[in-house]
Amino acid sequence: MVQLNSELIMLKLRLKEWINSFLLLELLKGMGVTGRYFFKSKITIQYPEEQTPKSPRYRGLHALRRYPNGEERCIACKLCEVVCPALAITIDSERREDGTRRTKRYDIDLFKCIYCGFCEEACPVDSIVETRITEFHFEERGQQLMTKDKLIAIGDRYEKMIAADKAADSSYR
Amino acid sequence: MQHFAGYFVGVWGAIPAWAQYLLFTFGKILAIAVPVILSVAYLTYAERKVIGYMQSRIGPNRVGFRGLLQPFADVIKLMMKEVVLPTNANRYLFLIAPTLSMMPAIAAWVVIPFFPNGAAANVNAGLLLILALTSLGVYGIIISGWASNSKYAFLGAMRAAAQMVAYEIAMGFAIVGVLMAAQTLNLSGIIQHQSGAFWHWYFIPLAPLVVVYFVSAVAETNRLPFDMAEGESEIVAGFHVEYSGMAFAVFFLAEYANMILVSALAAIMFFGGWLSPFEGIPYIGAPSAGWLFLKMGILLFLMLWFRATFPRYRYDQIMRLGWKVFIPVTLVWIFVEGAFLIVHLPPWFS
Repeated sequence: MVQLNSELIMLKLRLKEWINSFLLLELLKGMGVTGRYFFKSKITIQYPEEQTPKSPRYRGLHALRRYPNGEERCIACKLCEVVCPALAITIDSERREDGTRRTKRYDIDLFKCIYCGFCEEACPVDSIVETRITEFHFEERGQQLMTKDKLIAIGDRYEKMIAADKAADSSYR
Repeated sequence: MQHFAGYFVGVWGAIPAWAQYLLFTFGKILAIAVPVILSVAYLTYAERKVIGYMQSRIGPNRVGFRGLLQPFADVIKLMMKEVVLPTNANRYLFLIAPTLSMMPAIAAWVVIPFFPNGAAANVNAGLLLILALTSLGVYGIIISGWASNSKYAFLGAMRAAAQMVAYEIAMGFAIVGVLMAAQTLNLSGIIQHQSGAFWHWYFIPLAPLVVVYFVSAVAETNRLPFDMAEGESEIVAGFHVEYSGMAFAVFFLAEYANMILVSALAAIMFFGGWLSPFEGIPYIGAPSAGWLFLKMGILLFLMLWFRATFPRYRYDQIMRLGWKVFIPVTLVWIFVEGAFLIVHLPPWFS
């Protein structure tokens, strides 16, 4: 009796399965899903015109900052050079005429850099920062080597943005 | 205006009769082939848009207004590219294969009636002609696979051949069902037999055959989910791995022209072709080419929808579906239809 019962159940299940596959129910279900998505709003961001929002902590192109009075912040402590895991930073220091310690050379090789942001974290005077700039490119060999002049120029140009980003992130630091 | 018309009639009369015939035929060929190629171009655009929309993307939208010029950009790109001839390939067969698959896809259009008395050639055995021509298409694929001298291309060609054999039978039986109902091979005749509003069309008494025909048609055109011949994940691009530039574009064109052809056939055989679904009602009940194009459009959209939804069938699953499901289903339904015919089931078989 029990065996007959279980056989009946098996038969019923098989029949149900057969009807399901014959009426293509599962395929229709799948088409229902894609059909619904056809009318849903699209998530495409039209890149050059639109951009996804970026965090103020975004680690993009590097910059060297100055104090509001125009004095460069970097004191050539070389903490960033030490902490850099990719050995991308090279610093030479000198004694300026006024007796302060300054960098003679501050190079970042962007091909070596892994954009980890350790240099920014290590810097005691908030001099080296990574900005939210991602749209940069090199056309010739050697252009990837960011010299001190280039870095300071970037810092001067985007100081407002950098300061705003730093202020926005300061409460978490 | 009158003067000009008279002038043209005069010029036309001055041409010898054989040349008139030649020009007229050539004109008809152009009037069919050019719109077919244009609609192929826009079918590729529609495909990219539809699939994009189903994947929450918006598809091509940069070339022209909403990307409407994208097909032309693609064609120009493909024409600029070099046609690479693989070493040790059979040059002659390699270059003739795309043409061989393109030719039947366009030639079969000659018997399609677009509106009442609107076929380029009102052939008595139109359906037979289409069957013969579309079966020729597989030669293009097999020859391309052979001539490429590449194992992937060859595998793709073998798969295409096996698939064609399996599905041609099911498709043939589905068509036999239509022939039994309409008692004619003439496509216009088949449409006329379905006249009346939409409940007179054959898709109701032949419902299983519609499904079998349409799925086999998708398989015949090597579209997803039956694109074993291309099988991107296993054999790169199947029979056209070695093709580039315009030679590839012709294969592409043939595939899409075939898609449009099979949907036109399905519309004619099962959905009343140029007949209006509201026959009897004035104005919208009139038969016109618009109805045929609308039905074709819906069927083509279904094909794109399939592609966006289903993963590819495995090879043995395709064979199982073809031989063990479709052929028995069609056979059974042909007997059922025979019973319908004997009892003269209205409104279709009376």
